[in-house]
Amino acid sequence: MFRHGSRLLTRATAMTWRRPFSTELSAEHSVDSTFVEAWKKLIPNTEPPKTPSAYMNPRPATPSSIPSKLSVNFVLPYSSELSGKEVDMVIIPATTGQMGVLPGHVATIAELKPGVLSVHEGNDVTKYFVSGGFAFVHANSFADIIAIEAVPLDRIDPNLVQKGLTEFTQKLSTASTDVEKAEAQIGVDVHSALNAALTG
Amino acid sequence: MAMAALRREGRRFATPLISPNPAIALRSSIIPSQEQVSSGVRCISTQIVRNRMKSVKNIQKITKAMKMVAASKLRAIQTRAENSRGLWQPFTALLGDSASVDVKKNVIVTISADKGLCGGINSTSVKISRALHKLNSGPEKENKYVVLGEKAKAQLVRDSKKDIELIMTELQKNPLNYTQVSVMADDILKNVEFDALRIVFNKFQSVVSFLPTVSTVLSPEVVEREAAESGGKLGELDLYEVEGAETKSEVLQNLAEFQFSCVMFNAVLENATSEQGARMSAMDSSSRNAGDMLDRLTLTYNRTRQASITTELIEIISGASALEG
Repeated sequence: MFRHGSRLLTRATAMTWRRPFSTELSAEHSVDSTFVEAWKKLIPNTEPPKTPSAYMNPRPATPSSIPSKLSVNFVLPYSSELSGKEVDMVIIPATTGQMGVLPGHVATIAELKPGVLSVHEGNDVTKYFVSGGFAFVHANSFADIIAIEAVPLDRIDPNLVQKGLTEFTQKLSTASTDVEKAEAQIGVDVHSALNAALTG
Repeated sequence: MAMAALRREGRRFATPLISPNPAIALRSSIIPSQEQVSSGVRCISTQIVRNRMKSVKNIQKITKAMKMVAASKLRAIQTRAENSRGLWQPFTALLGDSASVDVKKNVIVTISADKGLCGGINSTSVKISRALHKLNSGPEKENKYVVLGEKAKAQLVRDSKKDIELIMTELQKNPLNYTQVSVMADDILKNVEFDALRIVFNKFQSVVSFLPTVSTVLSPEVVEREAAESGGKLGELDLYEVEGAETKSEVLQNLAEFQFSCVMFNAVLENATSEQGARMSAMDSSSRNAGDMLDRLTLTYNRTRQASITTELIEIISGASALEG
């Protein structure tokens, strides 16, 4: 334990904190050693609590050449849709527009707006309508997409979309307070995105 | 030893029945109506043991039923907790795990159960929260608590009442879902000032093992500060391009809020799963104890019963032999 701790500390001071290494076992080496040491000094009788990195498999370091595939993790609160799937490209609906992510894309943090996410693997394209969330693209060709809701496009009912759109546009015109206006605007945005997704 | 105690008890009732006729005693011991008090002195002690046996058997039934209920609830919520585990991993992959970050305003969010009889998990969470409070105390530093759940509230109110900012109970009245948790997270973010939020919960590893865990969420300002410091944990954050309609700090703000609600969702689900698992094992050991106790009481009961019969027989026989000889 101390050997690992000193190794981690020397690495941390030598350069900026790199993410843990892929060759090591996940458990011990991702432990935040400064926290554990401080805890042990002050509170000797209790085991220190675990931290999230102890439960994660560490991500591989940035390879020197661009890999051929992108690893995608697409997670929702209720399930992990895709975890570590190797694909060619994903197109994500960022707030600045549809963004295509290929292997070797520059590291990005993107905020998502309601829209269509498509995953391209060879000749298969899977499309989901996502409600919003965040997407992280890492330098090692890993993409993490976190959304609140995602539905495959064929599950959306166009009539309900139209009805919702008219309802929210009406609410927007009759809204008085800022909160009501914001809520109605969100409704309009989501429904128009749904509409665009179904038609386009 | 038990016999002496029971005989002592018997002697208390001996005075009203001064001359127990051996014949009457014999008749009454043959009739299997030993429940009646009037049939003799010694049967009262078996009555006491029998009452205890009845209550212990009831307890065994109740705890066994509670164990079954907890097991079924555990199955349902365990799948949801495991599905939500992917939710916090991207954030840790991006922002790292900054449990040892040094900030001025710490807020410790303790998650616990509302109902009791779930073993020691609530006490563990409270112990860890108190230890974190101690760990992060110092000049110019302040630590506050946000308490979720009745059990932690009861324990923390006792000595840290002035440090508690917000208390939320009855989380599981309706089945847990993301909307409810995000509303709760919004509440906390609006009402509590923080530089770092530390969420303390029990992570479910298996039905018998729950790991106390602390997840840290930093406020956007602290994230920027750590990113700017080279050699800080988030030194690589600057290498990321930020795609968002607004400025980088607004995106970081949204990111921090989103991270908090995702981490909270997972934490609440894991804690609920651990609660059901702990309740299941607590009720299981309780019903097993009740079973053991019942066995011991049955032996005592039989011994008492046999002893009273033997004593009556001895009296009759010695009376009969005295008459003869």
